[in-house]
Amino acid sequence: MNQPILLSAIVFTPWLGAALLAFLRGASGSTSRSLALIFSLSTLAISLGILSGFDPSRTTPQFVEHYPWITALNVHYHLGLDGLSLVLVLLTGIITPVALVASWRDERSPRLFGALFLALQGAALGVFLALDFFHWFVFWELSLVPAFFLIKLWGGPGAARAAYQFVVYTIGGSAFMLLGFAAIFSATGKLDFISLAQEAADGTLARQLAASGGGWPYAVFVGVFLGLAVKVPLWPFHTWLPPAYSEAPTGTSMFLTGVMSKMGVYGFLRILWPLFPGQLHAAAPCLLALALGGVVLGAWAAMRQTDLKRMIAYSSVNHLSYCLLALFAVSYATGRPGVSSEAATAALSGTILQMFNHGLSAAALFYCVGILEARSGGRRGLGDFGGVRTAAPVFAGLCGIAMFSSLGLPGLNGFVGEFLIFRGVFGLNALAATIACLGLLATALFLLTFWQRVFHGPSAGGAVGLKDLSTMEIATLAPLIVLMFVLGVAPQLLTQLINPLVTAWAGHLVLP
Amino acid sequence: MNALPWTIYLSFAGAVVALAAGARSAANARIVALVTALAGFGASLYAAAHFVPSQGLQDIVKVPWIPELNLGINYHLAADGISLTLLVLTGLAATAGVLFSWNIEERAGEFFALYLALIGGVYGVFLSADAFVLFVFYEIAIVPKYFLIANWGSTNREYGAMKLVLYSFAGSALVLAGLLWAYAAGGGKSFALGDLAAAATHFSHAQQLGMFGLVFLGFAVLAGMFPFHTWAPTGHVAAPTAASMLLAGVVMKLGAYGCLRVAMPLFPVGFEFWQSTITCLAVAGILYAGFVALVQEDFKFVIGYSSVSHMGFVILGLAAANSQAVSGAVLQMFSHGVIAGLLFAVVGRMVYERTHTRKLSDLRALPLHRLMPFAALTFVLAGLASMGMPGFSGFPAELTILIGTWKYSPLAATFAAGGILVAAAFTLRVIQVSFFGSTESGATPPAASHGHASGHAEPYAPITWPERAGALLLIAATVYVGLKPDILLSWITPALQSPLMHAVLKGGTP
Repeated sequence: MNQPILLSAIVFTPWLGAALLAFLRGASGSTSRSLALIFSLSTLAISLGILSGFDPSRTTPQFVEHYPWITALNVHYHLGLDGLSLVLVLLTGIITPVALVASWRDERSPRLFGALFLALQGAALGVFLALDFFHWFVFWELSLVPAFFLIKLWGGPGAARAAYQFVVYTIGGSAFMLLGFAAIFSATGKLDFISLAQEAADGTLARQLAASGGGWPYAVFVGVFLGLAVKVPLWPFHTWLPPAYSEAPTGTSMFLTGVMSKMGVYGFLRILWPLFPGQLHAAAPCLLALALGGVVLGAWAAMRQTDLKRMIAYSSVNHLSYCLLALFAVSYATGRPGVSSEAATAALSGTILQMFNHGLSAAALFYCVGILEARSGGRRGLGDFGGVRTAAPVFAGLCGIAMFSSLGLPGLNGFVGEFLIFRGVFGLNALAATIACLGLLATALFLLTFWQRVFHGPSAGGAVGLKDLSTMEIATLAPLIVLMFVLGVAPQLLTQLINPLVTAWAGHLVLP
Repeated sequence: MNALPWTIYLSFAGAVVALAAGARSAANARIVALVTALAGFGASLYAAAHFVPSQGLQDIVKVPWIPELNLGINYHLAADGISLTLLVLTGLAATAGVLFSWNIEERAGEFFALYLALIGGVYGVFLSADAFVLFVFYEIAIVPKYFLIANWGSTNREYGAMKLVLYSFAGSALVLAGLLWAYAAGGGKSFALGDLAAAATHFSHAQQLGMFGLVFLGFAVLAGMFPFHTWAPTGHVAAPTAASMLLAGVVMKLGAYGCLRVAMPLFPVGFEFWQSTITCLAVAGILYAGFVALVQEDFKFVIGYSSVSHMGFVILGLAAANSQAVSGAVLQMFSHGVIAGLLFAVVGRMVYERTHTRKLSDLRALPLHRLMPFAALTFVLAGLASMGMPGFSGFPAELTILIGTWKYSPLAATFAAGGILVAAAFTLRVIQVSFFGSTESGATPPAASHGHASGHAEPYAPITWPERAGALLLIAATVYVGLKPDILLSWITPALQSPLMHAVLKGGTP
């Protein structure tokens, strides 16, 4: 069953494409774009192959590749895939080609753009598949490099500052995570996520870290937490996000919000929770408050935005905070009497679905705002448009679907994830679920304001003479829109991949 | 192993030949220099290929010097994994340095003669197993630096050269005083490092403190330890490109190597007393130099201060004194040697000699990423490596140092991790301003608009093949070691188990 090369192929095919584009000096714009698209589709192609050999009932990593790498640091080349990784690999496989097609009309050095984009894709895939800290951190940090240049060189007027802030902020978090793992290695001599998680489960890890003082397990936890919290971002570490997302070019915004923001949540699920179950439990009341801050304040901040891109950016803060809210609620309830494993299963399934769904809807929304911006000569203010629906009915329809998916309308994908999260969190911590409803309310308000101001009424401002979508633009949005419907009606397509894994997680909610 | 002494002899012979050849034409001198540098590099690689790390410090040559006087001085060369790492680095930096000096026309014979003499001295220090021999080679390496900077340097060259040499000589005076004291206190029997260490076990506590203080401080000055680092940025800025590359790449390593090979194993009691002070100074240096680099307006000063910050990591690793920290420190010496060489090459050779400015405010106005894409790419890669990005040699080095330091003092490790953040900030700033400054308005799209934006841009001489070859050599080295740090760690770690080095290490076997 194991094809030992498949996961490496997933990670390195985009990088191969990036290298190829970097060396093809003379390639024309359209050749570069086509090559980038073909290489970016490799992920989807290979992951469909993996899907056929994937056994959802196994909760341990599959398709494992495990070779010694640096003996002095006990580092291994270690790739593996479980349901969680698979869902995110599929998401990356869908978002990247769509984002590349969305950037098709950009005439500014398509060869370099394609190369950087493929480099970013490969790095993100590596993050979702690597199971050794060293190996994982290589991808985690390297993903910043192409993202930095994609924002800086193709972005808006404030892009240089936004890109700088984004990278320095993230590296600041990562430096403390690196230090945390330096401490873990000093104590245990290991950097492998799987074996560290086993040691954490029986309490050995915390004991070893506590050997030099009782507070150290918590200090190390804080270090690792900071690295991940900045990346997600968790409120109040989010201040780099609105400028970065709004200054980035459309395709890059789509990838940043669709895939890169998932890297942080993935880190919480793969690293922080398994390695520090006790510490996360102890910190859970505080962290629940931070996640609620993101849910409520993110949505309220989005409501106050007049720039549509910043509005979607803040709504990303809100949507990702739901994922963390669910995880923290599960951790909060762990070990308490009467904790219901059904609620925990629902909350954790909701988290994973929400990651996938938010990827689809936020990418689609950024694309729609990008279209408005491109058609109106760079305007993207809430008050710059009016009556777009009359001028461009198809565009209005598709954008509306993406909006309602983001809003969580039943029948569309966004509903399933949020429903499961609320169902789960309510069973685990009813107060948090109640407060989080304020976020739902605000989300409805700002998305409907967006809809009303931009699409309703007589044509005005940038909407006058706005052309409707071309066939190619419809084709760009189509995969996202179709998936919104399909997963809204048949979420089991995804849940069957993750259900045994999540059930296993929720099955032993005990503290070491 | 027997190939290793040839690195010294060939360099000195090459210096003489280059001087003679340079009288005829500059081209002859540089070819002699390149062949000599390659020969040294080749000899070190050949030795590395036949190296058995588990044998510890291996004697190569041992000839008594003036046996009649019974001074106990031997011409004694030996090598272990630590020396070998630094010898390979020296060969690499020397070769790259010649490639980046290919355009030297003025008195090229003398330039390359001094250059090769400096290299020969450096090889000698890394091979010495006798404190006296080590000191002689150390002095040989200092003198040519002065002439290289004073004659071929740029900004403020007399001042920079004088400051550098005064600091260096002050440092070596301290070293000499400390060593003579130890030699005399040990009965004047031998200068061999092993014998001195054995004698030092009988010294009083106060003697050990004093001797360690003198010798370590003397070497640490050359390693650029805060607050004795001020010679480094001015010296780097004043020096011609190849000399900056050697200064940062190799000469600062002489100081760190002296601390590790002489000061620490000879006087372990003294080291224990000073350990926490050195740790504090190392951390202060990492952060202070990083913040200073963040606000520099001269491109070369940024790189100069970044060297001080990175050498702070080396000193921190030495101070933490366990097997991981010290291995990391040696790895960082190699890594910084390669990366600093690359950074200085871009700034001094590729950019400055074409634009004739190093002021960031001037460079900001130039669309350099379009005018010199190769230089921009090289600098971005070198900058990433310098920031400690995974995939480049700086990352495993800093990670290993952090792991080792954590065992010794979690607090020091935490502050040092802050240094990584500062390094990211100043490196990104200088990448943005120097090469991509003209895109800041957002009005000029990148690369696509060859047409209209090149109006105000002067055409620069294309990057020549020696520059490309030198850059590729150094990039390949940092990436290779970044992906496969085992290659060096497998030499370094066993070397720390030798009796001499083991006295230094406290706990923490790998």
